[in-house]
Amino acid sequence: MLGEGILKGMAETAKNFFGSYVSKERMTTVEYPEERIPTIEAARVFPFLVYDGADWEAGLRCVACQICEKECPPKCIYIDKSKDKKPDYVGKQQFYPTRFDIDVSVCMSCQICVEVCPFEAIKMDNEFELATDDRFGGLLYDRKQLARSNEYYHSIHPTEASQVDARLGEEKAKVEAKAKAAAEAAAAKTAASAPPAPPTGGGS
Amino acid sequence: MATSRLFTNLDQIFILLRNWLVDFLPAALRPAAGIVLGVITIVCLFPGLFALTTVFERKGLGRIQNRLGPNRVGPFGFFQPVADGIKSLTKEDIVPFSANAVVHFLAPLSLVVAVFMEFAVLPMGRNMVLVDLNAGLLFFFSMSASTELSVFMAGWSSRNKYSLLGAMRAVAQMISYEVVLLLSSVSVVMIAGSLSLPKIVDAQNSYTGIFPHWYIFTPWGLAGFVMYAIAATAETNRSPFDLPEGESELVAGYHTEYSGFKFALFFLGEYLAMFAISGLGTTLFLGGWSAPFSFLTFIPSWIWFFSKVMLSIFVFIWMRGTLPRLRQDQLMNFAWKFVLPFTLLNLFVTALWRFMGDGWMRWVVCTVILAAAYVLMGRLSMRNEHFGPRRYRYAE
Ligand code: SF4
Ligand code: SF4
Repeated sequence: MLGEGILKGMAETAKNFFGSYVSKERMTTVEYPEERIPTIEAARVFPFLVYDGADWEAGLRCVACQICEKECPPKCIYIDKSKDKKPDYVGKQQFYPTRFDIDVSVCMSCQICVEVCPFEAIKMDNEFELATDDRFGGLLYDRKQLARSNEYYHSIHPTEASQVDARLGEEKAKVEAKAKAAAEAAAAKTAASAPPAPPTGGGS
Repeated sequence: MATSRLFTNLDQIFILLRNWLVDFLPAALRPAAGIVLGVITIVCLFPGLFALTTVFERKGLGRIQNRLGPNRVGPFGFFQPVADGIKSLTKEDIVPFSANAVVHFLAPLSLVVAVFMEFAVLPMGRNMVLVDLNAGLLFFFSMSASTELSVFMAGWSSRNKYSLLGAMRAVAQMISYEVVLLLSSVSVVMIAGSLSLPKIVDAQNSYTGIFPHWYIFTPWGLAGFVMYAIAATAETNRSPFDLPEGESELVAGYHTEYSGFKFALFFLGEYLAMFAISGLGTTLFLGGWSAPFSFLTFIPSWIWFFSKVMLSIFVFIWMRGTLPRLRQDQLMNFAWKFVLPFTLLNLFVTALWRFMGDGWMRWVVCTVILAAAYVLMGRLSMRNEHFGPRRYRYAE
């Protein structure tokens, strides 16, 4: 009959109305500043730069290849490449960023910079309380503000961080094995040509 | 006897208060001063009620959706309207460059003024009516009809497509349902034999045993009340008939281009119209200020009136929390194919009721006619043949 559905709907909402006063499970509201629920692991808000070891400046994984700067859709990453080089995690000499700024107000949290980075140097943070009262300087994060330790990365995205570590370890092992093989080959070669030669140092 | 004196005094407390205040003035000024006092009361009281209603509405809607609703400003969020008021007062008042500034400015004002005028003829308690017009009902409807003009003024002068669309929808809807609103009240007039609202209340203010003679407790009254309620919801642009301000398609409808206090005025006007139309519905069908049982008559009449109005407001909010918005064609079909014919039939039934005289026969006959018509018309005219999965004509 006409109007039956309306009555049913009204009964349903009335149930909700009164139910919300008696049963706690119905209410899904989290009263934010006072109450918090832990963010889920996949949460991502804003990129940060990962560093290994204790010193953030020395340990930054970023090699200033500027791929992320070019790929970032709203172009909110600003990188200055260094003139000199420093060794990276496998010991290879690499450039490093003398400036690495990201504009929070422009970043759209798309994670593209993370996906394109070949060095696992930039990852997404889940820190979301980024409000500031300085809307120009306060929203442009420099590399110091962006640097986070690998341990921090493990604490917010454990699964992903372990995968990254495994990948990096594998690569490092491969490089080391290669270096060792090269060293052995070199040693064998020198041994064959001039048997009483002094041993050569490892690393190429 | 002392207690009964007390109750009468309590019942008439506002009248006594007014008379006491007016007595300080010279005799020549007294009638005018009395009116002014009444106007001031209405102008202060209903916006206050409006403020309260906005909190209750938001909290109620929240609860209906299993949310908390506003609870930050003051205890339980009850000072929310204060914050809203400050916000709307301090906001920049923007008039679009190509808008007609004069009409744009006048629209919210004329809306609020017209709505306030509606309260002039509503009896809010025993002897508590500002002006007892003998054509009060007519006055009420003429005022409520003039709100349509303000809505259209707002939509037209804003020079914005959404405003204009909203205004056109509003006018189409209000005019369609205005007819129903009027016709459903006509049956009350036919029985009460008067257009004066206090007289209509008086006609309902008697009891059989403990039960009141409210018109809603008769077959034609119930049918009329349901139709009146539907039309009133549409008249005040409330959900599910809130097409004129459908946020999802029209931004905010006719008041899209209003900001700051002018927007607040529209908001106020909408709620005041809700109060007024609930007040009229109460007066016409729910016995106005009369008590629901004869043994409750000692409670002051104005308490009954306002409780009934607030109850209707609560139902408005409840419906808003339940029903989705109609589409324009559904709205019009519903008005012209179901509500209007049914109201016309109800007029006929009312006449039958009037001329069949007392006795149980008229109860049976009227109930049967109305129930059968409701079922039949619901089946026939609201049959939705062409609804269902969408069929494409060319793209198959
Ligand atoms: S998350 Fe997207 S927008 Fe933000 S810095 Fe990275 S690439 Fe740019
Ligand atoms: S963060 Fe990655 S992609 Fe961006 S410059 Fe550094 S190494 Fe290259």
